[in-house]
Amino acid sequence: MTHASKTGASAPPVEVHDLTVSYQNKPVLWDVDFTLPEGTLTAIVGPNGAGKSTLIKVIMGLIEPVSGHALIYGKPLQQMRKRIAYVPQRESVDWNFPVSVLDVVLMGRYAHLKMFRRPGRRDRELALQALEKVGMAAYSDRQIAQLSGGQQQRVFLARALAQDADIYFMDEPFAGVDASTEEHILQLLRELRSAGRTVIVVHHDLQTVSDYFDWVLMLNLRLVAIGPMETTFTKENLQKAYGGRLNILTQVIELSRRENFVRETEHD
Amino acid sequence: MTEIWADFFLLQDPNLRWVLAGTVMLGLSAGALGCFAVLRERALVGDAVAHSVLPGVCLAFIITGDKDPLALLIGSVVFGWISLLVMDFVIRNSKISTDTSIGMVLSVFFGLGVVMLTWIQNSGNANQSGLDAFLFGNAASMLPEDVLLFGFVSVMVLVTIILLFKELKLVSFDPGFATVIGYPMKRMEVLMATLLVVTITAGLQAVGVVLMASMLIIPAAAARYWTDSLVVMLVIAAGVGAISAISGTFVSYTAPSMPTGPWMVVSAAALFTLSFFFAPARGEFQKWRRRRRQQEKVSGENILKTLYKLEERDGLSARSRTRREILKKRRMEPASLKKGLRRLVSQGLVQHLKGQPSGYLLTEGGREEAKRIVRIHRLWELYLTEKLQLPGDHVHDPAESMEHVITPELEQQLMRILNNPEEDPHNKRIPKASPRSGGAAL
Ligand SMILES: Nc1ncnc2c1ncn2[C@@H]1O[C@H](COP(=O)(O)OP(=O)(O)O)[C@@H](O)[C@H]1O
Ligand SMILES: [Mg+2]
Repeated sequence: MTHASKTGASAPPVEVHDLTVSYQNKPVLWDVDFTLPEGTLTAIVGPNGAGKSTLIKVIMGLIEPVSGHALIYGKPLQQMRKRIAYVPQRESVDWNFPVSVLDVVLMGRYAHLKMFRRPGRRDRELALQALEKVGMAAYSDRQIAQLSGGQQQRVFLARALAQDADIYFMDEPFAGVDASTEEHILQLLRELRSAGRTVIVVHHDLQTVSDYFDWVLMLNLRLVAIGPMETTFTKENLQKAYGGRLNILTQVIELSRRENFVRETEHD
Repeated sequence: MTEIWADFFLLQDPNLRWVLAGTVMLGLSAGALGCFAVLRERALVGDAVAHSVLPGVCLAFIITGDKDPLALLIGSVVFGWISLLVMDFVIRNSKISTDTSIGMVLSVFFGLGVVMLTWIQNSGNANQSGLDAFLFGNAASMLPEDVLLFGFVSVMVLVTIILLFKELKLVSFDPGFATVIGYPMKRMEVLMATLLVVTITAGLQAVGVVLMASMLIIPAAAARYWTDSLVVMLVIAAGVGAISAISGTFVSYTAPSMPTGPWMVVSAAALFTLSFFFAPARGEFQKWRRRRRQQEKVSGENILKTLYKLEERDGLSARSRTRREILKKRRMEPASLKKGLRRLVSQGLVQHLKGQPSGYLLTEGGREEAKRIVRIHRLWELYLTEKLQLPGDHVHDPAESMEHVITPELEQQLMRILNNPEEDPHNKRIPKASPRSGGAAL
């Protein structure tokens, strides 16, 4: 079943209209406008400071845009909060905070709990299931301070899974995780997609983009390109997004496109 | 003197019962709320607000001409809020750094308050006596009506914390996530600021504005040493606050000229010091003990290993060795060798022969343990050279530390990965565990 049918109309999961954002008069996003189809894994790529995190934060309502707006299934965010989940960058919280892994994952359930209400047995079950899915069930009673970086990332993912949403926004979930965690996260993304969910991920590793995702959104202040991986993730577009910085990277991409994974260590 | 102790702890004096109830409620609520202030790194803001309520209190007195508790409460809450808004405004709209802005608001408001206080004291108003207790607190001077009002405020703060615990926890841990799932963040911010201002106001008479922030910060800081759970932290901090309140009230009851605030803070600081040194797991004393135990383990294992290597060198002869022989094989502090040997003897790993020949001899169990250490050392050397391609002359030092760390499970894994090797990279035999012995005796 497609989730759009819940709303009755076939409104796309994410629409962004003429979005402009600036910090202290310095524009960070300029007239960004796009629509995402349902049930896709979309990567947001672009150089450092391109505005990737900002784009997600605006859609999540964490930052006020100067102009433009975003719609979730055709409606303003405020009405659709229960249908979106957010995995912020790991560095955005203090991991010394005195809470356990299960506590953090339960926070994902708060979206469905009224004020004053404590999480119940059902919420704990869902939280434990989410931990199971990220392979962290054995850690549920651990203090979050004792976790490695990859484990922290998985806890954040579990919290988002516990939200049980239709759209997932993730900011660099693959940053600084070990190979097995990366594999695990990728597995999860694919499960979400097969369940018909829409997943948008800020991704920094250009070598894996085309393997992991089926859509790509290329950003650098402006929207450079958006569309299915095969037609959009081209050398020209990468050149546009990364400008002169891409000399090595374009070569890597070309190599990987030819399915020839000889890594060359050439420098410009 | 004993009478006054009895008076205090038997709660004979009805007035004392009131005062004690008031300060304990304050200690509980300030301790609990302080946890959120500390975890959200708002301790400095709390201090600034506490100092900033003084002009509000003075203004209330000037307007009403009396120490009416309700007027004081209103004046204090209003000025607490004004100081918060000014801080926020300065931080947002100027290039002055955050801590400078907070410090500036603190000193300007407090300075203004002191000027007003001095003016009132020189104005000849008969009601003003005791107004300076707002600087450092004087619990003994509290009247039942004061206690009723300020105690009620403290109870409200506690009730709010209990009811909104889940929300306060999430907003303190991850405000971004709270926003995304639709929490009314503006209202939460206002609520938390109000709780802070109100708690500080509740402490006006008992603790005073100068030290009120300590009653928010110190109990929370002490509690953090004992637990990794937020609920437990809140309970402990509230307890520390209450105990400090009792001891501060006691001093001010027995010596009415004594200000309560400083005594409460000194008690809280004593409890903090206790936590700092003696809390299990996090306390300095425990840390020191763990370090020492670790050092003892390492030095004991090194002695066992040395005795084993001496046997190995001499063709596996089980002969006793003097301390001098051991020291010749491995350099270490003679004193620590002596102590280490004594520990090993008491653990039954080494035998001390007193007659002829005299010296130290590995027991059966000691030899097994020594073999285990040597085995791990050599396995690790082999692993580094074979699997990580480190040159043979670079593997001894890492193995020297790993031999004390590697667990039996890891040891088995290494054995498997390396296909049960016979020799290490330096062609030394890797000792196998004896079939019958159940492994380490330690
Ligand atoms: N809170 C902020 N205040 C001012 N500038 C910011 C802030 N956050 C981000 N920026 C700037 O906005 C630009 C885009 O940031 P960001 O969206 O984090 O980029 P990305 O995630 O693509 O690396 C950067 O130049 C960054 O320096
Ligand atoms: Mg970013």
